[in-house]
Amino acid sequence: MGLLPVVALVGRLVVLFALLMGVPLAFTLSRHDAAEQAFVMATAITLGCGLAMSLLTRRFRRELQPHDGFVLVGLTWLLLPAFGALPLWLAVPGLSVTDAYFEATSAFTATGATVLSGLDALPLSVNVWRCFMMFIGGLGIIVLGVAILPLLGVGGSQLFKTEMTGPLKDQKLTPRIADTARAIWVVYALIALACMLAYRAAGMSWEDAFMHMCTTVSLGGFSSHDLSLGYWNSPLIEAVAIFFMFVSGVSLVMYFMAWRSRSLAPLWRSTEVRAYAGVLVASVALISTYLVAFGGYADPLLALRHTAFHVVSVATTTGYATHDYATWPLFAPLHIILLGCFATCAGSTGGGIKMVRMLLLLKQAQRELVRIVHPSVVNPVVLGGRAVSDRVMQSVIAYMMMYGATLVGLTMALLFSGLDVVTAFTAVIACVNNIGPGLGEVGPALNYGKLSDLQTWICTAAMVLGRLELLAVLVLFTPAFWRR
Amino acid sequence: MKILILGAGRVGESVAESLVSEKNDITVIDSDPDRLHMLQDRLDLRGVVGNGIQPSVLRDAGIEDADMIIACAPLDETNLVVCKLAHDVFNVPTRIARVRSPEFVNGSPLLDRNGFAVDQVICPEQSVTAYIRKLVQYPEALQVLEFADGLVSLIAVRAVEGSPLVRHSLAEIPALVPGADMRIVAIYRLDKALRNLAGDTRIETGDEVFVLAPTEHIRTVLGALAKVDRPVKRLMIAGGGKVGLRLAREIHAQYQLKLIEPLRARCEYLATELPSTVLVLQGDATDEDLLGDENVDEMDMFLALTSDDEDNIMSCLLAKRMGARRVLAVINRRSYADLVQGSQIDIAIAPSHAVIGELLAYVRRGDVAAVHSLRRGAAEALEGIVRGDRKTSRMAGLPVSELALPKGAQVGAIVRGMHRPDGSEAGSDAKPQVIIAHGDTVIEPNDHVVVFVPSKRMVREVEKLFQVSATFLF
Repeated sequence: MGLLPVVALVGRLVVLFALLMGVPLAFTLSRHDAAEQAFVMATAITLGCGLAMSLLTRRFRRELQPHDGFVLVGLTWLLLPAFGALPLWLAVPGLSVTDAYFEATSAFTATGATVLSGLDALPLSVNVWRCFMMFIGGLGIIVLGVAILPLLGVGGSQLFKTEMTGPLKDQKLTPRIADTARAIWVVYALIALACMLAYRAAGMSWEDAFMHMCTTVSLGGFSSHDLSLGYWNSPLIEAVAIFFMFVSGVSLVMYFMAWRSRSLAPLWRSTEVRAYAGVLVASVALISTYLVAFGGYADPLLALRHTAFHVVSVATTTGYATHDYATWPLFAPLHIILLGCFATCAGSTGGGIKMVRMLLLLKQAQRELVRIVHPSVVNPVVLGGRAVSDRVMQSVIAYMMMYGATLVGLTMALLFSGLDVVTAFTAVIACVNNIGPGLGEVGPALNYGKLSDLQTWICTAAMVLGRLELLAVLVLFTPAFWRR
Repeated sequence: MKILILGAGRVGESVAESLVSEKNDITVIDSDPDRLHMLQDRLDLRGVVGNGIQPSVLRDAGIEDADMIIACAPLDETNLVVCKLAHDVFNVPTRIARVRSPEFVNGSPLLDRNGFAVDQVICPEQSVTAYIRKLVQYPEALQVLEFADGLVSLIAVRAVEGSPLVRHSLAEIPALVPGADMRIVAIYRLDKALRNLAGDTRIETGDEVFVLAPTEHIRTVLGALAKVDRPVKRLMIAGGGKVGLRLAREIHAQYQLKLIEPLRARCEYLATELPSTVLVLQGDATDEDLLGDENVDEMDMFLALTSDDEDNIMSCLLAKRMGARRVLAVINRRSYADLVQGSQIDIAIAPSHAVIGELLAYVRRGDVAAVHSLRRGAAEALEGIVRGDRKTSRMAGLPVSELALPKGAQVGAIVRGMHRPDGSEAGSDAKPQVIIAHGDTVIEPNDHVVVFVPSKRMVREVEKLFQVSATFLF
């Protein structure tokens, strides 16, 4: 059976995951907080399962084929949240399996939607684990696996593509995929380190700086406080957060190229990065003006501070809140949630359609319009001085089709389960795009805890679908995939 | 001069043709014996069959005592390697290479003595592009050429009925066009040069007039001899080859461009290379429906730049009849070019002649800064530098009227103060001064003198004027 070699590999990823659990374990062992037992047990179970999976199937180990890649990704993203949920379920009294799994998935997909309230009262290690999972999941555990395990051979690049975001993934940065994955992780870790030091300097404790660093650079949005970043009410901390959220919304690949060429030119020349920055700046200007005019803000500076923070937070799919922006006139919160659908760059840790797909679609639309006037014109879609092949355009258009269908389908499912329109629609958008908070009953001041089990599972599925950019998940549900 | 030419292609052939007529010893190397035979039958030169990057073949062709090698094989690589060989192994003093790649430009360290050792890079496509670009800028002119780093221009223009100078004599020019210093150096009527231009010579409708003037006065000159139209805004280019692409790339910011190219793959390449404001159309430029759909009648200029002479002529005729304001065709065959210029087709360009000038500057004796070949090689304008002093130079200290110029040759303009006597650039305090020559203008040492030579036969005599007599050396 073709599944066993895949199980062997997943086993090794589970072992890796168990080792990563050592981070919260170290916290709990040094602090002796209430979750000590839970973490010891969870780590033991995870490690045991991982070892069992990889040892029992040792005989079946072989080079990964492209076909196996999707199974591996599916299986990984199904299993690891379960292991990740284990300590939460054990440590937080009264947390159901559904909610624990939702919470772990939300962390692992860097969404930031939570079912927990009373975060400040949770054991420190639980919060550390929620945030640290987000850090790993933000870039992707399989990318990490490719980087540090001599794991996957040629099939590695196939896997790599499913977790990295965006439509144009064929350009390798280095000849070997493992080196590429490693380079990207190094860039990610360096940004994270800078972010942590900046938070610390801006006034957070070391623990908070670590946790918020994890959720900022992964564009996730978990916090160790119910008030999120509003807890500090500090413009300086907000400024640090805005800066690092903005930085993380740009492709990590770009940073690597900038680093290699020792100049910022690759960043500035990139059409996508310019569009990303332009959209954010324009939105901040638009919404802050709008809020001063119609939103009841007397102080323009306060309006600017709130707007800048929330536009960047939601548009980059992070989802921190310092203020209940759901109380703004509907145009403003809806605008920023829609920004979250597409603003981040491909190759970043953000969710959604990605700016590059949006640009390609706009160019395609423009192309069609020119073609109506000049029937014999030849105007391929050009991005960054290179023609984009029709093959890529088709896949982008197909992606958009599926994206739209997914949004509508899941919204209908939530409506069916009894939610109101605003809540259902924004919950789906917030989950599929890995933003976190929506509006209505899942607004920034509330959380997903009130949803029924069915609704929670729908949102869980939405998060995984969105994180893996639909295709990698949906392909598993096609009969053709399983036919031999 | 002993000159070795590598490659008997279109460029090699026209280079050979124009150099052989000046009593140079030419040897052409090419791997195609048939082509060499043809060339040998037509021109007085020697052909050597073989691969030019082999030292033995080069030795066969007499490279050891050659004064100059011109490498114009189809591949850049070949030309670069041959120049390197010529420098390192055979010590050829002057090495010229045709290089298409825009990454090897004159002055780049890649081309110095430790690099490929190329003295001068020629790129016919670039020369033709520059030529056409001038014509787009000054649509009334037939040709605009620059001398003295662009300070002086030679303008060829067809006199149009009703313009201020037509039916007037040359003596009346200062009164009719005050403020613009200019000198008419030649008038061609019905393709024959008028001899003995004098104050009472009258300009007639249809004359092809060559005028030297400071570059900033080009517009005034054109206004005096032709009807000044509204400036060019909309351009249609037929043929997206190397010249079409280069031209579009250079001018797309100032003009609205439509580019027609028949090959799908090439179209896609063009659309990728050019910004989206340039409309790349796939189709045949001789297709009436396509031209109609794309509003050729609204075009200020239609440029046919394909490599096919017949297509260029036909598409230009078609565009003209459908209402394009001005049409320009690139025509490789000289007979065709002579045939159509001035008919329905406003301007015919022979690409091979656009590049010859750069080479001629190296072949000329004396200190020649620039040469331009005119009227498809029949005439020439050259810019020489007066060296030596009043004793050793044949020009310095004499008024223009007393120069020993051959009959018909004209000194048109003098640029003073461009370089110091030692050849270094003049300081910023001494701005170069353009003097439009009159009979009594006295030439001084280190002047740049622009001379119009109506026939190739006289070039030798003009060259001699710029040479310093031997005593200068002692």
